[in-house]
Amino acid sequence: MSVFEKLTPVLTKRWLSPDAWRIDVYERLDGYAALRKALAAHPDDLIALIKDSGLRGRGGAGFPTGLKWGFIPQNDGKPHYLVVNADEGEPGTCKDLPLMTYDPHSLIEGIIIASYAIRANHAFVYIRGEAVHAARRLRNAVKEAYAAGYLGKNIQGTGFDLELVIHSGAGAYICGEETALLDSLEGLRGQPRLRPPFPATHGLYASPTVVNNVGTIASVPYIVLGGAAWWKTMGTEKASGPMIYSLSGRIANPGQYECTMGITLRELIELAGGMKPGHKLKFWTPGGSSTPLLTAEHIDVHMDFESVAAAGSILGTTATQIFSDQDCPVYATYRWLEFYHHESCGKCTPCREGNYWMVRVYRRILSGQGTYEDLDTLLDTSDNILGRAFCGLGDGATSSVTSSLQYFKQDYLDYIEGRTAPKLSEKAMAGAH
Amino acid sequence: MSASAKRQEFIQVSARAKSQEFSQVTVFSEETYRRAAEIKARYPEGRQRSALLPLLHLVQNEDGQVTPDGVEFCAEQLGITKAQVGAVATFYTMYKRQPTGDYLVSVCTNTMCDVLGGQAIYDALSDHLGVGHQETSADGKITLEHAECLAACDYGPAVTVNYDFVDGLDPESAVGLVDDLSHGKEVVINRGARLCTLKEMALQLAGFADEREGAVGEGPAGEPTLRGVKLAQQHGISPAGFDITTPIPSASGGNK
Repeated sequence: MSVFEKLTPVLTKRWLSPDAWRIDVYERLDGYAALRKALAAHPDDLIALIKDSGLRGRGGAGFPTGLKWGFIPQNDGKPHYLVVNADEGEPGTCKDLPLMTYDPHSLIEGIIIASYAIRANHAFVYIRGEAVHAARRLRNAVKEAYAAGYLGKNIQGTGFDLELVIHSGAGAYICGEETALLDSLEGLRGQPRLRPPFPATHGLYASPTVVNNVGTIASVPYIVLGGAAWWKTMGTEKASGPMIYSLSGRIANPGQYECTMGITLRELIELAGGMKPGHKLKFWTPGGSSTPLLTAEHIDVHMDFESVAAAGSILGTTATQIFSDQDCPVYATYRWLEFYHHESCGKCTPCREGNYWMVRVYRRILSGQGTYEDLDTLLDTSDNILGRAFCGLGDGATSSVTSSLQYFKQDYLDYIEGRTAPKLSEKAMAGAH
Repeated sequence: MSASAKRQEFIQVSARAKSQEFSQVTVFSEETYRRAAEIKARYPEGRQRSALLPLLHLVQNEDGQVTPDGVEFCAEQLGITKAQVGAVATFYTMYKRQPTGDYLVSVCTNTMCDVLGGQAIYDALSDHLGVGHQETSADGKITLEHAECLAACDYGPAVTVNYDFVDGLDPESAVGLVDDLSHGKEVVINRGARLCTLKEMALQLAGFADEREGAVGEGPAGEPTLRGVKLAQQHGISPAGFDITTPIPSASGGNK
């Protein structure tokens, strides 16, 4: 079997049509056919269909989507909300922005179907502030969808009403965490909430709320059209469907590769034309900087939720960042920690203080003044963040620290013992002691 | 006290403050008041605080930053305190608290873009413009910032001007880009609409359509975006068995 047969262009297919962002072109390419089909079905049957398909969240956690929809209490007299998490910002992740830019109606169609299924009459897309072109296209698409009667009152004569608001964020990675996102959408600082209660019962405005990623919701129309059995012809038994793998770094052709779930890095690199000349694979993230680093030894690990977890990492957002023997895992980790330190919301002590101090320890190591004790300090600090932070951001910050120490301890020792020239100058050391 | 009386008082207080400490006082336009009402109407009844983020973008449309006047405007609009608004405005990096130029140049220096040359671009621009992070060039045209991951890693190093992408830069061409911006020459945006000013962009961030003729359709997808799907097309591959007439199984006997 050729490696090209691992490609499964489903969500990315319309990107080939330059005008697919326009509603007339979208409709010619099966657009809004799923909506008509869904509105003729019972909402509970749609939830059952998504459960049957085995669709799991594309935002990083991989929670079963149908199950999440099923948690929404029905006939409770409260308004229900659908909130789409479009706050794409996990370092390495770049799949949702192109989807919203080149095929915005597929997200809107998914939103209408999902809202109908969970009985929500108000939906929001919380889109990352910096994603201005995607937002431009999305706002235009919403306007077109209202004009065509797909949004608003009495959609397609079914009596179903839905208002959809595109809400731009303002630059805060933490708002990709679903409860921080809800606080931000309520006009507060984006800080995570204590759970329970969960968003399914106390989400937006303390009402039952489903929060789903862009890719998750954009998958829904295809499942409605092609059926659960067809969806499961792609991927693995426990991780169905296609997945957009975002390849960046030291490969010949970085880009978006939508493949069957469970493809290996070896196959992805082959699709991307191999490593860049003169570069040899050294370390990589399977799904963004919050997922523990893997190494060249893991090149044949299947990239689905279970297999990556068995290899000691997390599938995350399938943001596959590929680094070579010319890149330093200690420096890479330092830059990520600078990021987590900057983006820590400050609500909980382990994340706020832990990342602050770890950045300083890294500066000391990288400027040639590290000690053996520093390595213990990093592990100890990570141990005090992981599982003790308020949300996944804190946990994620420790991923590259502990994994790089596991696989590349020698690189650390080379700085400490003076075999590697200091990467940072004295200037960067200010405040490091 | 009515809103307009409060506004009058605010203007008077602001005018007094002007002579004492502020160099500039904003009296927001009628258009901004009308837009603020439109923003608040997007959210469910009684949930108008949700309008705070777009309102803060809106005040940047007039001021290019969130000034004390902008904070007061938002507080007045939503019936909350200035402290509550300030707590939010200072949390998010896109709300600027110093004057900004017409063009915000953001250079990603997160790990991947750093490795691919983003830090070198940032350093070259910083030297050339003589400014640091979130500072504005002497001619008042360009604000520089280093950004965290901009979700364009497949195009790295990622650089944006007023948040739209300019691809394929190195330190030398990046310096050329900011010179062109300073001199009012046309700059090519690769994936986004033609350039507008940062203040104009703030209006879009507040949720208003880009009204420029044809702007929505500009910015075709670049090669990295299309690589996988083009490869599948070249090899004639598409997932088998996709039939849009597949029925949705009904457990409830088809009754709605």
